[in-house]
This record gives sequence, structure tokens and C-alpha cells, in this order.
Amino acid sequence: MAASLLSHGMRRCSAHACAAVAVRRGLSSAAPPSVFTRLLLNLSRYFYDVEHIVGWNDWARTKLVRSKNTFFGYAQQRFGDNIGAAYYILTLRGSFRFAGQSEWFRPDSRGRFSYDFMSTPDAQIEEVDLSGTIINHNGLDNLVKQNKLKSLSLRGCPEVDDWFLARLHVFGESLVELDVSHCPCVTVGGLAALQNLRKLQRLDISGLARLQSPGLVRILLEEMLPHCRVTGAEYEQGLIQPDTREPTEEDHEASANTGVRHI
Amino acid sequence: MWRKLFASVPAFRAPKAPCRSFKSSSRRAEKDFNKDLEAQFRAFREKVAAAMPGSDWSPFELTPGLPPERADVVIVGGGVVGWSIAYWLKRKERVRDGLRVLVVEKDPTYSQASTVLSCGGIRQQFSLKENIELSMTSADFLKNINNHLWVVNEDPVDLQFNHSGYLFLASEKSAHIMEENYRTQRHAGAKVALLSPSQLKERFPWINTDGVALASLGLENEGWFDPWSLLNAFRRKAMSMGVYQCFGEVTGFRCSSNVAEIADGDFVDVKRIKYVNVQMPNSLEYQPVESAVVVNAAGANSGKIATMLGIGLGPKESISGIPFPVEPRKRFVYVVHCPDGPGLDTPFLIDYSGVYCRREGLGGNYLTGMSPEETEEPDISNLDVDDKFFQEKVWHHLANRIPAFEQLKVSSGWAGFYDYNTFDQNGIVGLHPLVPNMYFATGFSGHGLQQSPAVGLAVAELILDGGYKTVNLNAFDLKRIFLREPILESNIV
Repeated sequence: MAASLLSHGMRRCSAHACAAVAVRRGLSSAAPPSVFTRLLLNLSRYFYDVEHIVGWNDWARTKLVRSKNTFFGYAQQRFGDNIGAAYYILTLRGSFRFAGQSEWFRPDSRGRFSYDFMSTPDAQIEEVDLSGTIINHNGLDNLVKQNKLKSLSLRGCPEVDDWFLARLHVFGESLVELDVSHCPCVTVGGLAALQNLRKLQRLDISGLARLQSPGLVRILLEEMLPHCRVTGAEYEQGLIQPDTREPTEEDHEASANTGVRHI
Repeated sequence: MWRKLFASVPAFRAPKAPCRSFKSSSRRAEKDFNKDLEAQFRAFREKVAAAMPGSDWSPFELTPGLPPERADVVIVGGGVVGWSIAYWLKRKERVRDGLRVLVVEKDPTYSQASTVLSCGGIRQQFSLKENIELSMTSADFLKNINNHLWVVNEDPVDLQFNHSGYLFLASEKSAHIMEENYRTQRHAGAKVALLSPSQLKERFPWINTDGVALASLGLENEGWFDPWSLLNAFRRKAMSMGVYQCFGEVTGFRCSSNVAEIADGDFVDVKRIKYVNVQMPNSLEYQPVESAVVVNAAGANSGKIATMLGIGLGPKESISGIPFPVEPRKRFVYVVHCPDGPGLDTPFLIDYSGVYCRREGLGGNYLTGMSPEETEEPDISNLDVDDKFFQEKVWHHLANRIPAFEQLKVSSGWAGFYDYNTFDQNGIVGLHPLVPNMYFATGFSGHGLQQSPAVGLAVAELILDGGYKTVNLNAFDLKRIFLREPILESNIV
């Protein structure tokens, strides 16, 4: 009762939207949902209160993703593009390395980082590691000015999708290494957009759940980017294996027909 | 005495006819009797349940699928533009159920609808600023489509968007137009790059660059997707928000007319639509739907709807004699298979000769076609595919541009209608001066799908707010037809 009264105070449209998003996240993530999640989703089909509670959690998460991916305009304007981009990467809990320096700037396990990167405002970023962060296509606004970016790792990012890959064309002249493995939202349509990265030499496409024939995609990517080495997919993946095929209807019918003919 | 009395009543008399002894078949008869009794009980229970309130039995036979008798907005045409307008109207209504929207669609199978027969491309490479803005707004919508169109407990929307971009090729004659378009596009914020013939050859080695002076490649927000998914996403979300759907054909309107005097002293009839007559499929029965606003999003059949209101049927010199300039034009799309064709980097290639080609799937299939000349428009009475058109007109241009396509096999093909605007091939959005409550959103000449989310928003703003807020489409208003001022788009495919 209390829960339904509380939720009554919230804006109705956001409640509906977040309930919708809650179930969407449960359905679209790669791992099967846990028992608790399944129970909650089942209950939310029958009770408005549970639907709203499930929605609050995801409303909070959507708000977090959106706030983490805004354009850090003040930082860019006050301190310059490079420091703005560096600050953005560190707040997302990613790490990076400036061009001409060999040490990496990383946050610690609690997300705190030192502000030493502010001492070199002219140094451009060369390598970025954003694995496991919640960066999405809006967050790239902070990084588009880094035209010396050589290596980008997006391993296991849940919000990286095809539209994100399409925006990577801004790094077409500099990007040499890209890792999009284990991103659940990436499909072939987004990988086709990588044709604009002409200098790419290493591409990792392992663990992409939405690719139905990874071997074929690897062949096509190697044709599309001749100087690039594509890892993460074997040529046999996605092929129909002839010896493990189940006996089909035609085999059964053929044997039945031969039986009738003998009679 | 009682026995005689008993025997005298014919009902109680024992039957004189020979009857079988019951001993042998008693069990079977008992079973039959019980089965019959069960059936009778079941029928009785069903009748009782139907008689209770909450069931949909009624003593009058009502036609299923009739539209409501009253609706605030009736949208004629259930294609992607119509459903987009319905969705945005419901999104912008400030009070819940404040607006009753009805979408009327003639064909539930969508067999001749332009939406589902389209190639599904979206591009920002236009020459008109409004077209570029419409396309960019639509791309932003599609980027966040699950935030807009997702329904609780359903699968997320998957458009199968291929981000391969569009590649336009220009000859010597049209290179300067392409450069100017490039400036307009970059100014409006589209991400396009110009390529010289040598850069083009280095980037796409499978293209034959003879005759190409300049090429323009879309880098972002361009590609193609599945139009049926978008249509169903709009429809599902709009229906979950309470839009009524009716499968029927609009056969007429009941209007009230007033006579108005225009500037040069002529008198014209200004009609205000009161009722829309929606005829049920395979029946003569029709339902007059009382409505305040009607939106004409009927695509290729918009001209027919306009004629029902008398637009174009007046004396030639007056404003009511100018017909609504949208008519259906048939276009062919051919599916070809070429095993040695270009690979994953194939953009939506559009040659200066008019031929276009895009990749379909990963198996070496391509969609290709060409717009015919003005004088050789195919017959619009059916959607039959003309194979000779491919052999005679399309193939040699295609093989000239992509030499690998000299060896190909035409797997299949289809034909669809463009809602072709014969005046200037750009969309027509706005009110008609002679019918002050009919909004038009049609005439996109092949670009309806890619502009549909933004056009839906624009029309909803026009209806509910009285003016455009997001994209300014005043240039697409109908008055340009009466003032004879076409706004021409130079990049029609």
C-alpha cells in the first residue's frame, strides 16, 4: 500500500518508462536472469507496486548512464579539450595514456584518481581503455577532438552499440587498434561502419553474442580492411557441421518410400 | 379404472411400435444419453456465461472492426507516416486520453503499401536544408528508439540498421552541384566527406571510376534498416497508448461548406469536414466517423482522397481547379546475386546515371534499381515487375560502374509505389486553404520512410501547438503549389 502511494507521487510517464526499461534490461543482457530477477519480473506482471519498484532501480540506472555520458562542456572550455577528455575518461573509471608519455592514468578500485594529468594540457591522448564502462554514443562527444588516438578498448561495455561504432569515423586517420569484444549490443551493421577506420591494424571481435556467423563476418572484415588482423572468431564458427546434423524429414521419407516400393 | 384412464391419454400410452430390448445395448445407450446430457449442460453453461455482464454477446449482430462513432483526429493511411503522427499526437497530449486518435488503413496485409516495399535507406545528403534536418532528427529518433517506442513486457525494437552510409557519384557536369550540396549539408550538421576519383578508387577498389569527377560519402547516421520493424514498433507503441486502429477504406466525407470571397472577387467553397465515411472491407456497410481534424497520410492514394473533397474539380482558373499534385508512380527493385561482388563495405551507391545498388545481407545479394525517365513511366494499375527494364536499362549502367556485376543472376524483384509529388518532388505538409481541417503529410516521393519520425513530430506540433517547434517545415506548406513556386531537390533517387 505504501509503495503504491509513494509511486503515485512520481511522474506517471517516467514510472511507465522505467518499468519498461527495467524489463528491457532484464531481457537484453547476455547472461540469463537470476532467480530473483525472474521472480520480480513475474510478480511485476500482476502487481503495480512491484512494477514500480522494479522500475525505480532502472530509472536510477538510466539516469546514471545519461548523466555519465553528458558533454563535459565546462571542463573542455576551461581547461582545454585534452584535459576535458582525460577527466571524462577517469570519471567513467576508464584509463588512458598520453602520447609521448609511458605511464597510464588509472583510477583506483574506489574510483578516485589523482589530478596529475592536468599538468600537461597540450598532451594528446594516445591509448584509452574503457572496458567495462557505461560509455555510449553520447559520451563520445567528449573524445571526438582526440585525433591522435591509436588504441581504444571497449571490452564488455554494455552500452556500446552500432551507433557508437558509426561515430568512430572521427578517429579514421589514427586508430590502429580496436577491441569491441563481449559487447552485447554490437551487430554486423555496426561492424560495417568500421570501413572508415582505414589505419586499423588489430580488431578483436570475440564474444559478440548477436553475430550469427562469426566466421563469415571475420572473412568479410578482413576483405574490407586489408591491413587489419581480425581476432576473436574462427572461420568455422557459424558453419553448419554436416556430420552432427540430425536426420531430416527427407531422409525419413526416402526410407519410407523405398519400404513401400519393396512391398 | 385408473388403468383405462391412463391408457386413454395418448402421451402415456406405451409405444405400440416394436422396440428393441434394452438389455444388450443398455450400457451404450446410457453412455450416449450421458454424453448428450453433458453436451446439453455445457451449452447451458456457455449460454449462462454469455448472458452475464462482461461477455461480448449481444442480441444485435454488430460488424466486427467498426471504427468508433466519434474521434478527435482521424488519420487516413496506416503507413509509417500515419502511425508516426498517431504516436506523436498521443505523446504530446497533456491529459491522459485527452485526444482520441483513429488510424484508418485500407489493407491489413500491407501488400501495396509503400512503407514495406521500400529499400529502407536513410541519408542526410540532400540539397534542401529542411530535408537534411528532417533526416537528422529522424536518425536521432532511431538512435534512441527503445527510449521512445518500447512497450512493457515486449521485446526491444531491433531495426537491423546497417551503418554503411550512402555514396553519391557525380560527373563533370554535376560536380559543382555536389560541392554546393556538401556545403549545405555540413552547415546543417551532417557528417559527409567528399572524395576525389583517386581516393575513391583507393577506398573502394571495386568501383570503376571512369566519368566520376567527385564522390560524396556519408560517414554517420546513414545506412538502411528494416521498414516493417519501424512500422510495427510505431503501431505497437501507439496502440498501447490508446490509438484506435480500423481496417477500412475512406470512401467519402460529409462536409459543411461556406462560400468565401477571395482577392480577385471570385467565390470559392470552403469545406469543413464533419464526418469521414469509413467503409468496411468486403461490405457495403460504412461508418460515418465524426471528427474534428483529418490527416491525409495516404501516400500514393492521397490524390484520390483529395479529389473526394472536390480539390481540383473546380473551374480551371480558380484555386479549386488546381489538383492535389500527388500521384502513384511505380518503381522496381531487383534482388541480384553476385558471388564476386563487393563485400561488407558496400555503401548505398547512387550513380549519376540514376542507378542505385546496396548490399542485402552477407550472402552476396544486392538490391538494385533505377528511376525510369519521365516519358517512360510504367503502368500503375498493378505491381507487376518488368524484367526487361532491368536487362535493357539498369544492367549496363550497373556493370559499367561495378565491373563485378557483369556476372550476376536476378533472383527476384518487386515493385512499389512512390507517392510522387509531380510539382517539385518534395513533401507536402500543412493545411489546405479550401479544407481548413484537413492536414496533409504526403508527397515525399520516396523519402517518406526516412523522414517519418520527424514528420510525425512536426505534424503533431502543427495540430496541437499551432506551429512548428523542432523542425521548421514552413517551406513545405501547400501555398507553394498555388503560388507556383516549386522548391526543387536536386538529389532525387
